[in-house]
Amino acid sequence: MSSTEDIIMAIPRELTQNPLRKIWMPCKNGLPEKHISQKRVCMTNCPTLIVTVGLPARGKTYISKKLTRYLNWIGVPTKEFNVGQYRRECVKIYKSFEFFRPDNEEGLKIRKHCALAALNDVRQYLSVEGGQVAVFDATNTTRERRATIMRFAEQNGYKVFFVESLCEDPKVIAENIVQVKLGSPDYTDCNTEEAIQDFMKRIKCYENSYQPLDENLDRELSYIKIMDVGQRYLVNRVLDHIQSRIVYYLMNIHITPRSIYLCRHGESDLNVRGRIGGDSGLSPRGKEFAQGLGRFIQDQNIKDLKVWTSQMKRTIQTAEALGVPYEQWKALNEIDAGVCEEMMYEEIQEHFPLEFALRDQDKYRYRYPKGESYEDLVQRLEPVIMELERQENVLVICHQAVMRCLLAYFLDKSAEELPYLKCPLHTVLKLTPVAYGCKVESIYLNVEAVNTHRDKPENVDISRLAEEALLTVPAHY
Amino acid sequence: MYHSQMELTQNPLEKIWVPWMSSRLRQRRGSSVPQFTNSPTMIVMVGLPARGKTYISKKLTRYLNWIGVPTKVFNVGQYRRDAVRTYKSYEFFCPDNEEAMKIRKACALAALKDVCCYFTQDHGQVAVFDATNTTRERREVILTFAKENGYKVFFVESLCDDPEIIGENIKQVKLSSPDYVNCDKEEAATDFLKRIDCYKLTYVPLDDDKDRNLSYIKIFNVGSRYLVNQVQDHIQSRIVYYLMNIHVTPRTIYLCRHGESELNLLGRIGGDSGLSSQGMKFAAALGTYIRGQYILDLKIWTSHMRRTIQTAEAIGVPYEQWKALNEIDAGVCEEMTYEEIQDHFPEEFALRDQDKYRYRYPKGESYEDLVQRLEPVIMELERQENVLVICHQAVMRCLLAYFLDKSADELPYLKCPLHTVMKLTPVAYGCEVESIFLNVEAVNTHRDRPMNVDVDRDPEDALLTVPEHN
Repeated sequence: MSSTEDIIMAIPRELTQNPLRKIWMPCKNGLPEKHISQKRVCMTNCPTLIVTVGLPARGKTYISKKLTRYLNWIGVPTKEFNVGQYRRECVKIYKSFEFFRPDNEEGLKIRKHCALAALNDVRQYLSVEGGQVAVFDATNTTRERRATIMRFAEQNGYKVFFVESLCEDPKVIAENIVQVKLGSPDYTDCNTEEAIQDFMKRIKCYENSYQPLDENLDRELSYIKIMDVGQRYLVNRVLDHIQSRIVYYLMNIHITPRSIYLCRHGESDLNVRGRIGGDSGLSPRGKEFAQGLGRFIQDQNIKDLKVWTSQMKRTIQTAEALGVPYEQWKALNEIDAGVCEEMMYEEIQEHFPLEFALRDQDKYRYRYPKGESYEDLVQRLEPVIMELERQENVLVICHQAVMRCLLAYFLDKSAEELPYLKCPLHTVLKLTPVAYGCKVESIYLNVEAVNTHRDKPENVDISRLAEEALLTVPAHY
Repeated sequence: MYHSQMELTQNPLEKIWVPWMSSRLRQRRGSSVPQFTNSPTMIVMVGLPARGKTYISKKLTRYLNWIGVPTKVFNVGQYRRDAVRTYKSYEFFCPDNEEAMKIRKACALAALKDVCCYFTQDHGQVAVFDATNTTRERREVILTFAKENGYKVFFVESLCDDPEIIGENIKQVKLSSPDYVNCDKEEAATDFLKRIDCYKLTYVPLDDDKDRNLSYIKIFNVGSRYLVNQVQDHIQSRIVYYLMNIHVTPRTIYLCRHGESELNLLGRIGGDSGLSSQGMKFAAALGTYIRGQYILDLKIWTSHMRRTIQTAEAIGVPYEQWKALNEIDAGVCEEMTYEEIQDHFPEEFALRDQDKYRYRYPKGESYEDLVQRLEPVIMELERQENVLVICHQAVMRCLLAYFLDKSADELPYLKCPLHTVMKLTPVAYGCEVESIFLNVEAVNTHRDRPMNVDVDRDPEDALLTVPEHN
């Protein structure tokens, strides 16, 4: 028999569906109540401090930046704090490696001060600004320095995860120096020879006092040791979901030179008619593009190129023209526009003016009724990104919204910018990783196509006139 | 000429677009999942007895099969039991027992031969070679065999020196082994420890230096530390990720569906309706049940659909919403009754009965797609401890199939009735299941496979197994 208590419990709170994201939330008197239930999965309870460890030119900043980019893309607010940057702001002009000599007391004082200033900013980011992960990018090569950081983390309730990079291969180190050190602000007025010499001496300054994370002494710490650019990893005490994801990501990235080609399917029949979504085939111009793409790929003479498509007819038709094997990924399918599938923007404005306005208000988080949002797309695409990191030369033939998400990952674009990135038909984007980022080359394959890019209109109010809503709709038949 | 190259046709079952004309260049697999292995892979276990090798082998095999990678375990101990009918004592394992050494080597080779058959004849993709493989010599034999046949090799070594863990291990799985069927616990434990000692004498772990060109993961003390060397490809990377996320801490997983919904009552599939009054009663009963279980730190997960969230609300504790837990998307058939599907889409209805796992609704999903979608949920379930997952019929079937090692053919027909909680507790090498009906009546939503699955069957034949509804 149920008690009175159970009867009261038996009336669950009323639910209301947030009109933008289509998330069901409990509400009182018709207004949504605060609830943590919105998150896809709770990544961490306390913020996480990732601490890099390693001699100069071991890829710490490369890893810091890349990891930060990945975490932000999957929706975990992350920021990196490069202590070298603080040092450059403090000591306006860099003279020579002597600054880093372990017996340079003046230098040591300044460097310690910079580390503490950076930690202060970490605290501001994690405890005040709502950041979830901070990457503390410095050599942190002594136990003493790491102990200071751990005390700081403990005082503030942060989890600590160390990422140590060890490498003794002189070729890798030399390449590193050429790629990112010679162009550093520290060496603007030096010639290459001088810069290299000085940097090697700088590394030497650290070598004597370097205490790598120790299997025994540090067995209670959480860390990953990356050895020889990923040949080997030692992983110790992964505490939670976010650390597990970080480890998985770090174990999948590599630095072998390669290129990633992103493009959309050729122009489709629905594109021509200004309709979104659907599963139509290529228009005659779209077929021409597919052939042009085939020629382009041949000319590029790419070693072991992998070709990926979605499972929609138009990307597969495009790939077919290349005459090489390709993989179909359902995860690469275009964003599901739900009840708006195959509509023109004019029809969406007519049938769902409120939806149309909400979408313009927050295009990233807006979910079509019975469909998806860009935010959903990113989640869907994460395994694709992970596999892209593992692979070398890849051509991804996909769709407008999908390509925007992938591009945002490679070019570190924010959630606000992402849904408005320009990804026109019949244009290949060639991405080549270089230094800390990605070089982009845009190649238009000279086959005309409709424009499918709709800019954010001035007026995003739900009370706006139809003309204002449709101002930025691209021309179509 | 080129234009005809781009002619495609859509496979009616899985809705996959394939070229009209086939050609040597096309590696067309009609699956919804990109295939990442070219050569077959041998996973080779390494470690002293009672280090969890068989536990890992079975669990990994279950996971790989569930995500669609055909995998099989080859347990050399099993071959030994088939060869030497009766187990006498640990002396069989003494390194100076020549007779026994011969038998043991023959068993290993027989197992390798079966691995070969599995790859070449049975289209297997991964074979887990579960044995101690504690000497360099034995590992060399395996590496040579693999090289000759073009198989990749990935070693999984388990090292543990914690006597408590080993003791618990022996209790859980060794004492009940066929080897010790006629012994009392004390004798069995003593004999087994002596067996371990036999191996210790010749055990050479994978070496940081000498084995630096091999691909492997070393697991220390049940996962507090891992050493990963030379991961070659996608499948090895996934295996490493999985192994790093599993744990052996005792815990319980509760699976149930949302309470009966308005659409359930009408016999309609999919949609996003709210709970019926019976459904509300169930939600309250679920709350009572959960509180009565006194579960430590219980996490509650729901989908993004109204009916699971309404159900969770009644429990009165925080819950997480996962879009990945949403019910299978029935595309054009959303919110239809089976009778309407038969009426409007008789061919689709028949195809679904022919291969319910791979069948994809037009503009919708298949069970195969669902599994892909649910993989991150499974990964997080492995990381977690006590969890209650409030989901949907097709989703629950997929999750259950993972825990209970059900095949793709069985999966879509697993019985997951409304208002029934499945309590899963990992034990030994598998999962104990308890089914708890919370005593609130609900409609039946389970449609068995009918006898006649022909495309030209009569409507009555198709609708024979449709459960009752309003």
